[in-house]
Amino acid sequence: MSRILLSARQLCAFYGATRVLHGLDFDIVEGGVTAFLGANGAGKTSTLRALSGMIETTGEISFGGQAVAGRSTEDLARLGIAHVPEGRGTFSRMTIEENLQLGAMARNGRAGIAADIDRVYSYFPRLRERARQQAGTMSGGEQQMLAIGRALMMRPKLMLLDEPSFGLAPLLVDEVYAILRKLKEDEGVSMLLVEQNAAAALALADQAYLIETGEIVMSGRAQDIGRDENIRRAYLGY
Amino acid sequence: MELVLSQVIAGLSTGGIYACMALAIVMIYQAIDHLNFAQGEMAMFSTFIAWQLLHWGMPYWLTFVLTIAISFAGGVAIERVVFKPLKNAPVLSHIVVFIALFAILNSGAGFIWDYQIKNFPTPFGTTPLFGSTLISSHDAGMMSVTVILLLLLFVFFRYTRVGLAMRATAANPESARLVGVRVGWMIALGWGMAAAIGAVAGMMIAPVVFLEPNMMLSILLYGFAGAVVGGLTSPFGAVVGGFSVGVIENLAGTFIPYVGRELKLTIALALIVTVLTVRPSGLFGRVIVTRV
Repeated sequence: MSRILLSARQLCAFYGATRVLHGLDFDIVEGGVTAFLGANGAGKTSTLRALSGMIETTGEISFGGQAVAGRSTEDLARLGIAHVPEGRGTFSRMTIEENLQLGAMARNGRAGIAADIDRVYSYFPRLRERARQQAGTMSGGEQQMLAIGRALMMRPKLMLLDEPSFGLAPLLVDEVYAILRKLKEDEGVSMLLVEQNAAAALALADQAYLIETGEIVMSGRAQDIGRDENIRRAYLGY
Repeated sequence: MELVLSQVIAGLSTGGIYACMALAIVMIYQAIDHLNFAQGEMAMFSTFIAWQLLHWGMPYWLTFVLTIAISFAGGVAIERVVFKPLKNAPVLSHIVVFIALFAILNSGAGFIWDYQIKNFPTPFGTTPLFGSTLISSHDAGMMSVTVILLLLLFVFFRYTRVGLAMRATAANPESARLVGVRVGWMIALGWGMAAAIGAVAGMMIAPVVFLEPNMMLSILLYGFAGAVVGGLTSPFGAVVGGFSVGVIENLAGTFIPYVGRELKLTIALALIVTVLTVRPSGLFGRVIVTRV
């Protein structure tokens, strides 16, 4: 089947002396969408932070065949991991366009960057309208789109998405997910998606992992997990 | 009326000094989010290096460029050696190190070059400009240098990718890392640039106040005042603030009874307090607008 893009073995993560992830094993398939589901505080965000070197970890991470555990956040970003963080990481005092330019910071080639900005605008027409506006003045949904756009500017091999539906009105959640689906289908971007909104995530994902208090309790095809009523009741709450 | 005008012009010429210093302060504040108390001493030390080069017979403009380069390297070195290891330390540790740097540079300069007051040459000459006794050609040259410096900085931050990366680092280091900006080096670059601007400020100021290890003490305070008035986040504001402080202290000294020459520094301090109470972001500092 497909190649494995990222795999973690016995991944543990720490905030100071406190261990928050207790030996996770998982694989992310190239070109696919993998979802991590779980309640608040289960360790979803920590998993993403561990993968982009923002917190202390032990265990092995291999990305594109390279061992990358312990590498700096900057290096991992340059290797092709684009992390759309919790809170969206907007550079609020800069314009939309500058935010997108920043996504291309590790790349060269003016023409390619300009073309990519244009491509991002074609996915998110609303950003084009506001290109010169201060990013911090946009609504939450628009900032989420900007964050995804900024990540796309990195031409990433893997996008890490931290709760793209967080704080958005239901209509906007649908809009954001429709765009993610388009990115998956048109661009073939691999994604690791972390969500509390399990229904939205499972509809998009190929693979899913359930995570609870820092451990993986179940994994499988997203379809199967979404269909299983017991799992839904016990873990997903819908 | 003529008195007001002449006092304003005289204020602008001292304001040029403060503007230079304020610009250096804002630069480093942008890079590291702290006020660097050793900023003035760094500038003073750079000026002594320039004095030494001139003393050895090097032509002025070559000295000027070389001093800027040495100061830039020195600033980067200070960040790499002293501050990089402290990057997770609390603010207080930084402040202690700033004070240590202050003391080291101050007494180091005194040790190497002694405390005797030295003359420092100006490349612009000292003839009165337009027959006026209020503003000399050096004052005018210093103002022009400040404005050119500001323009260069503006272009750098607005139109270059490194400038954009530096702004991103200052605004949100974690997000900057996530897009692959080498945050550590951006901070070092900020130190280098602040040191280089300080060197320019020092070389411009020294012909006016003379060169000695304590030359920057009060100027740093005025520079802080200028930076605070203009807004610590805005290089443009810092320059405007610096000029305003010069003008205000001059006008107050002339027209408010009892202020005179002796209480001028008090005016600067009062300005800091007033601005911080009434408008903490300064005249041109950006008030952050955020929607969540």
